[in-house]
Amino acid sequence: MVGIVSYGTYIPQYRINVSDIARAWKKEPSEVVGALGVAEKSVPGTDEDAVTIALEAGIRAIGGIRERGEIEALFVGSESHPYAVNPTSTIVGELLGIGNNYLAADLEFACKAGTAGMQAIAGLIASGHIRYGLAIGADTAQSKPHDVLEYTSAAAGAAFLLGGNKGSKGDKGVIAELFAYTSYSSDTPDFWRRDGIRYPSHAGRFTGEPAYFAHVMGAARLIMEKTKITPETVDYCVFHMPNGKFPRDVAKRLGFTPEQLAPSLTVDHIGNPYSASAMLGFAAVLDIAKPGQKIFMVSYGSGAGSDGFLWEATAALRQFQTVRQKDNKTVREQMEKKTYVDYVEYLKQTHKI
Amino acid sequence: MKIYIIGASTTKFGELWGISPRTLAREAVGGALTDAGIKPAAVEALFVGNMLSGMLGGQEHLGAFFADELGLGVPAFKIEGACASGGLAIHAAVAGILSGQYKTVAVLGVEKMTDHKPEDVATALMGAGSEEERLAGATFPGLYAMLARAHMAKFGTSEEQLAAVAAKNHFHATLNPNAQFHNALTVEQVMRSSKIADPLKLLDCSPISDGASAVILTAKSKGQRVKSKDVEIVASAVATDTLGLAQRESLTELKATKEAAKKAYKQAGIEPKDVDMAEVHDCFTIAEVLAMEDLGFYEKGKAAKAIASGDTTLRLAHARSGQARHPVINPSGGLKGCGHPVGATGVKQLVELVEQLRGTAGKRQVSGAKIGLAQNVGGSGATAVVHILKYE
Repeated sequence: MVGIVSYGTYIPQYRINVSDIARAWKKEPSEVVGALGVAEKSVPGTDEDAVTIALEAGIRAIGGIRERGEIEALFVGSESHPYAVNPTSTIVGELLGIGNNYLAADLEFACKAGTAGMQAIAGLIASGHIRYGLAIGADTAQSKPHDVLEYTSAAAGAAFLLGGNKGSKGDKGVIAELFAYTSYSSDTPDFWRRDGIRYPSHAGRFTGEPAYFAHVMGAARLIMEKTKITPETVDYCVFHMPNGKFPRDVAKRLGFTPEQLAPSLTVDHIGNPYSASAMLGFAAVLDIAKPGQKIFMVSYGSGAGSDGFLWEATAALRQFQTVRQKDNKTVREQMEKKTYVDYVEYLKQTHKI
Repeated sequence: MKIYIIGASTTKFGELWGISPRTLAREAVGGALTDAGIKPAAVEALFVGNMLSGMLGGQEHLGAFFADELGLGVPAFKIEGACASGGLAIHAAVAGILSGQYKTVAVLGVEKMTDHKPEDVATALMGAGSEEERLAGATFPGLYAMLARAHMAKFGTSEEQLAAVAAKNHFHATLNPNAQFHNALTVEQVMRSSKIADPLKLLDCSPISDGASAVILTAKSKGQRVKSKDVEIVASAVATDTLGLAQRESLTELKATKEAAKKAYKQAGIEPKDVDMAEVHDCFTIAEVLAMEDLGFYEKGKAAKAIASGDTTLRLAHARSGQARHPVINPSGGLKGCGHPVGATGVKQLVELVEQLRGTAGKRQVSGAKIGLAQNVGGSGATAVVHILKYE
């Protein structure tokens, strides 16, 4: 059985109040916050990009692992790779010190490139081709000033080390087993950015029903059919969080309760860090889950597709949680450590001025 | 000879992302033919009202396009008059029948707007404005905002009174299954919405929509049997004015509406007070206030207050005793509540009139309506089309 061996997350400490952005554009702050369900978002430091954020998450994921040379795949999913040509994954791999015997690839699929990496690595492990692989989702999410995306686009990274759990000698135990995974894709152009263009474009409300909801629900239903599970038999659910409303809405439509969803809602604290969004929500749930608990997860990437996963926490999770808590590395702690910036500082740190 | 609408049908209006213009047209015309109880072969010509297919979709030649799609194989014409394209198409169809060239014709109003980026749609719509307005960067919300400012300055019309137009039309739309919006709106919600072009706010503006509507017209000579569903077109009038606002004599009226209305009342042999219900062109809330006055339902400067007091609201308009009787305005929800697929709007207005006059409008029925009026406007008032329908 494939599963998660360890994970790490990173959230830049800077935050901006959505109200400050709204005021800059003469919008009514309460209306913007109410409409999007997001009150503040994380902001990258002036010297942070998808590479540094992926690296920070990666270090936290494999910090306790000595045999880094056994990592045979490293996929970094992002829509803000600093280079159009020159891989993020090799820079990160070099700095993580995982040697040279690994398959490196940069992935791009809007907000689901990170989970696409998780599925690809799970497949490589299940086939026996590799033993360990690291999947990272990291973004300094782009948005044009005055575009509605500006209120939610955030920065963060999450890294998951996947491995097998066959009980053979030398295998590290997994902290969460992957029961099943599915994917649901279609050509639905709801959000895009052409090469050389700085900011993404989107099709307004079209990003909702025919895009986010159709694909998230498509992947969710596939997972339910494949595993014969129902929402009541799952302990937690995690969805991609483009804003505060969509994940709550889709959870309700699928029959999950607000309590099943609540621990994953990192969007309430940091906004939408694109490729890291669902992965960060999943990490927040793993930070508090108990052995034996089931976690249902569906990401979403515009263009469009959703990756669905069903996980079950193992007994090994407890010890891992203890270490994360001791090192102040939990998602909650990272969310709570914050320094507010004003709109001008935000523009400066994101290199808009 | 008299001209009757013998079949009428409309699609739902809204963000119909999964439905193509072809499908919209088939649904609307198919519905109208079924309603009329005639076969496609009985249709002798097709008039298509559309504004943006060329600029947005790259598809012109819509007459042949839809004649082929609908399997009609008849003479077919695209009629363009900005947002009055639908009303103009009906006028052209009426003229075609009066000329003796055709006896039974179909009119299709169709528009597909939501597949395109809002900025592209705004640019395409500005094709209805004057060159200097385009060069100055004006958009229609800006032009109507100027009309609103002028009305406010001259007559003391308030932003709350304008907001009441949107609130009324959304209430009506909640009763219309084909409307784009089914949410009630309060004056406060309209007032709180984002400013688009001061004093107009987001909820003062009609939406960008997809949709299609169709009617079947036929000529009947004296003595020929009139069916119980048939609704007579007793007036069809068009007037034009300058494209740009700068050249107008007045900014507190749309001269084209006044002239078209004057001709229409004369053709029909009625006065404004005889009208039971009307569908008017509320592309922005101020436009409905102007329409009420220019159509003669209210004296200049008196309409906004009357609308805000519920004078033209369904169920309130006719319930008051001791007051002047005024028509119910925009029972369909108007452009604001029902949606505004620009080429379809003028045809949809007549579909609504037909349903109201037949007494088949369901929850939004204006009781006892026998005479209905439709006013369709292109641009900021450069084209106005007025139709009056009568049911006996």
